[in-house]
Amino acid sequence: MNTSNVSKVVMLLALATSYVAIAAEGGVSDSDRIAQYREMISDGNPADFDEMAGEELWKKPGGPKNASLEKCDLGKGSGVVKGAYAEMPRYFKDTDRVQDLESRLMTCMNTLQGIPEEEIAAKPFSTEQKNSDISTLATYVVGQSKGIKMAVSVKHPKEKEAYEIGKRIFNYRAGPYDFSCSTCHATSGVRIRMQDLPNLNVAKDAQAAYTSWPAYRVSQGLTRSFEWRLNDCFRQQRFPEPKFASEATIALTMYSAVNANGAEYAGPGLKR
Amino acid sequence: MNAKLIFGMTITLSLATAMPVQADSKSPYLDAKTAAIIKRDFRDKGIAKADRVNQDELQVACSKYRDDMPDGTNDMPNRTKVNLEEKQLKSIKWPADGNFVGDWKAGEKLAQSGKGMTWSDKADEPAGGNCYNCHQLSSKEIAYGTIGPSLLNYAKKHGSREESERRAYGHIYNVKAYIACSNMPRFGSMGILSEAQIKDLVALLMDPESPVNK
Repeated sequence: MNTSNVSKVVMLLALATSYVAIAAEGGVSDSDRIAQYREMISDGNPADFDEMAGEELWKKPGGPKNASLEKCDLGKGSGVVKGAYAEMPRYFKDTDRVQDLESRLMTCMNTLQGIPEEEIAAKPFSTEQKNSDISTLATYVVGQSKGIKMAVSVKHPKEKEAYEIGKRIFNYRAGPYDFSCSTCHATSGVRIRMQDLPNLNVAKDAQAAYTSWPAYRVSQGLTRSFEWRLNDCFRQQRFPEPKFASEATIALTMYSAVNANGAEYAGPGLKR
Repeated sequence: MNAKLIFGMTITLSLATAMPVQADSKSPYLDAKTAAIIKRDFRDKGIAKADRVNQDELQVACSKYRDDMPDGTNDMPNRTKVNLEEKQLKSIKWPADGNFVGDWKAGEKLAQSGKGMTWSDKADEPAGGNCYNCHQLSSKEIAYGTIGPSLLNYAKKHGSREESERRAYGHIYNVKAYIACSNMPRFGSMGILSEAQIKDLVALLMDPESPVNK
């Protein structure tokens, strides 16, 4: 075990202990607990390790073409990572469509490295057994927008359309429980059990929620991407599974991101 | 390529160019496009099959309008609301024996459980009532949600005993018979809970010994 692995284990143990201690206190909402927890570990977030691993993946030649992703255009020009996430999703001329971060990474991994998109989409999320490359890459890219103001454009007609479709999907009720995103996320100041729910139709809540994803989930011991966040919402909505980086999830991401415009991007975040 | 296909493609193309994206929220073009995207972009996983995205009449109407917003931003036309609620009321199967009340202890267990019908649940695992996710039902349980109203002291709040029992049974079986676009699932009409389970939940709301009324 090398030094960085040792320090990682020590840090995770400390985190787990403090989390359990805080979780054991009764009568405090989850958000309060998380706030206390964040303060206790203000000098580090385990997602930092994924940021570093993602940067390595970005720079390392790979795939059938044995190329790195350093020439990937995330919207601000070939190879520009700084600030790119704060302007995503966005319209890309070469693919003639609106793409979120994961969708765009898939395009770059495909065109630059020669990895088939189906192969990438088959491993969209990290598990306890294995990290997902695309998820780890996403953690690196978002970290390069920390402190930068969210400025997602709806100027291109396809961007405007993605936003409008995202709004409709947000309100789309279906399934055995009649749920939509808006069932939980269209009212301010409500919660499920102890979990506070952001009202994603209003700027203040949308900003706080959106700019904290992707995030390290203490309860899962993994850094989770925004695509994962949407996926797990649909699970709890009793919906079938949304396809990874599909037009549906990109549109919903567009809706959330535009509603968060104006706030400083603060991720990768840290959550229960 | 046959003539019919070419004709169809021409129509599609001209539609696509003729319909500019509208900034306002009422756009039949975007409604149709959204529906097509949803049908294409969701797939089977575990017990959650892709056809779950197909909406019934009520789900269509309640995706467009609201009638349950506490801040008064409701925009569902009254005629639509009354029409939907009448239809939902007809789907309620009232107990044949005329008895609405089961075992409140079984009801409390059911109310605590948030399980059921997600793609990570098993087909043979019965669904829970999910009640505490959204409602306060006990002064002792602090982990309750607030999407729905507090149901503390339910038995004392809703008229005579028989009226209250019937009201509770109807609301759990199909709340949409009373509030068309309520956030609450239709536990009986959608086959989430059995008649016996709904009676146990009515007991939880009505029994003087239950934590709801203590």
